[in-house]
Amino acid sequence: MTVDSQGTATAAPVDAPGRAAGKSKTPPPPSGPKEVLQPPRGRRSLPGGLLPYLLVAPALLSMAVLLLYPLIRNVVLSFQQVNKREMITRETVWIGFENYTKLLGDADFWGVVVRSVGFTAANVALIMLLGTLIGLLLNRLGKKMRLVLSLALMFAWAMPIVASVTVFRWLFDEQFGVVNWLMRTLGFAGYEQHNWFETGFSTLVIVMILLVWGSIPFVALNMYAGLTTVGTELYEAARMDGASGWRTFWSVVFPNLKPFFMITTFLEVIWIFKAFAQVYAMNLGGPDRGSETLPVYAYIEGLGQQHYGLAAAISILTILMLIAAMSFYFRLILKQEDES
Amino acid sequence: MSTLTRTPRPAQTLRTKKPLRVGAVAKNVTAIVLALVFVFPVYWMFSSSLKPQSEILTKDPVFLFSPTTENYTTATGVDLFWTYVTNSLLVTVGAVLLALVVALAASFAIARMRFKGRKGLVLTVMMAQMAPWEVMVIAMYMIARDGDMLNSIPLLTLIYFVMVLPFTIWTLRGFIAAVPVELEEAAQIDGCTRGQAFRKVIFPLLAPGLMSTSLFGFITAWNEFAMVLVLNKDKEAQTLTLWLTQFQTAFGSDWGATMAASTLFALPVLIVFVFLQRRAVGGMTAGAVKG
Repeated sequence: MTVDSQGTATAAPVDAPGRAAGKSKTPPPPSGPKEVLQPPRGRRSLPGGLLPYLLVAPALLSMAVLLLYPLIRNVVLSFQQVNKREMITRETVWIGFENYTKLLGDADFWGVVVRSVGFTAANVALIMLLGTLIGLLLNRLGKKMRLVLSLALMFAWAMPIVASVTVFRWLFDEQFGVVNWLMRTLGFAGYEQHNWFETGFSTLVIVMILLVWGSIPFVALNMYAGLTTVGTELYEAARMDGASGWRTFWSVVFPNLKPFFMITTFLEVIWIFKAFAQVYAMNLGGPDRGSETLPVYAYIEGLGQQHYGLAAAISILTILMLIAAMSFYFRLILKQEDES
Repeated sequence: MSTLTRTPRPAQTLRTKKPLRVGAVAKNVTAIVLALVFVFPVYWMFSSSLKPQSEILTKDPVFLFSPTTENYTTATGVDLFWTYVTNSLLVTVGAVLLALVVALAASFAIARMRFKGRKGLVLTVMMAQMAPWEVMVIAMYMIARDGDMLNSIPLLTLIYFVMVLPFTIWTLRGFIAAVPVELEEAAQIDGCTRGQAFRKVIFPLLAPGLMSTSLFGFITAWNEFAMVLVLNKDKEAQTLTLWLTQFQTAFGSDWGATMAASTLFALPVLIVFVFLQRRAVGGMTAGAVKG
């Protein structure tokens, strides 16, 4: 803070041309004895104009080569027939929209779409609901308990995806898993050797538990951080007016944190919808391709079945759906940016 | 809550005294149960990794045991273990360092200079940050295959570099913007060139920002799974993420060793995270809420 005020104090008396001269890079000493008026203009327009572009160029170039180009390649690929044979002969067969028409008329594809959307919706609803509740709880806890719970959340948050998938497989192991033991201890029948990965649906339920467990900390801790900015006066005022806890939440907390809710919800939608490692590593999309969500479906159609063109079309359709969610997200972010 | 209070209350004791009894106990119990639920998988991984074989494969779990390191010996004794470690380190460290250098330049321009297309650039970075890499693996595979770059560590490093770049630019932009312009100007008035002012004034103030940004980049690259799965089929070019998922299939029911492998993989990230703890929430909100 002291630095800040010092800075403003020294900066205040400086006039514009002096600043511009100081900024220019080429001449070593900024003091030109004679030509006080001329140089700033000339120097400013040349290096000053190019410099930002030079600084930005490496970043833009690398994103163009490794992000934009693969995206374009993905679009191009989706209009080609690239199967096992074409991969070996390396010939290019253009088939127009055939990959797309094939997919859109395919019941399997629509099945995966419905599954992915339902899976995302269930996940996000649970994450937002439980995350918010835990955030509210954090806000009400004493110092020590809050630290304990935050630390526990941190651990879950920090767990690398692949490691947590492995651990969840072990927790839900058919023979020696601790979850089967827990179910037995709680008195449920039929958990002697229950196979939690028996169907695609049950596999996805386990993936969902994993995702919810891993995603709640982000929502809860940020929710708590947001709540601390609401200010205790508001709560107190609401309480004095006799508002119940529920009422306080809807009329004081929620309106204040609405942007946070919206942005977090869309972020979670995007993250869950494109989740690959969790779904794939849990059971390789099985059993019987029953736990494939769109990203996994694209991967297996492509590298598993060697229908690369078709897989590229699946990716493009997935990306289009993601873009729909993202456009909402960006609108919210930009609005936020304008307001602040 | 306040309905529970019986005594006529002076405004201050209203919340602090009475409701503590019932409310606070319920709250604290809930908090403890939740804490246990969230920590349990991590705890179970760690404790399983220290159990002797005979106490892992039991119907009823053993909670008290004499710890052993045999599982770690098994896990690290796997063929090519050190190759995977080296590959993981090469790829992550390379990607993060590259990203820092490139992002520092770009974020300085974004934070401190006015130029045509600046707003468009900011938007591009924001969109790139949301890039669905997991869905682009097929195209990436085709590109790598055509360029004869499958199983290449440098290519993987470059891909991870671009993966962490937008985030790095975005957070560094915030850190640079937080350094008062006046400091830089003061240095320039005292005779520094713009480059010197950056090196001597801004850069030292950025150190903590650089540190936490690079650690977040490290976590992203360390955890990456989809790209390396698709591009590097050759064992010699794989990273620890793939090693861990294959460990499970390769070792079947040797859960002790698998958990030891998980622990080894998770440990660096957990440590880094504890270190970042404070910044994590604030930093992520800054990323999420402010863009």
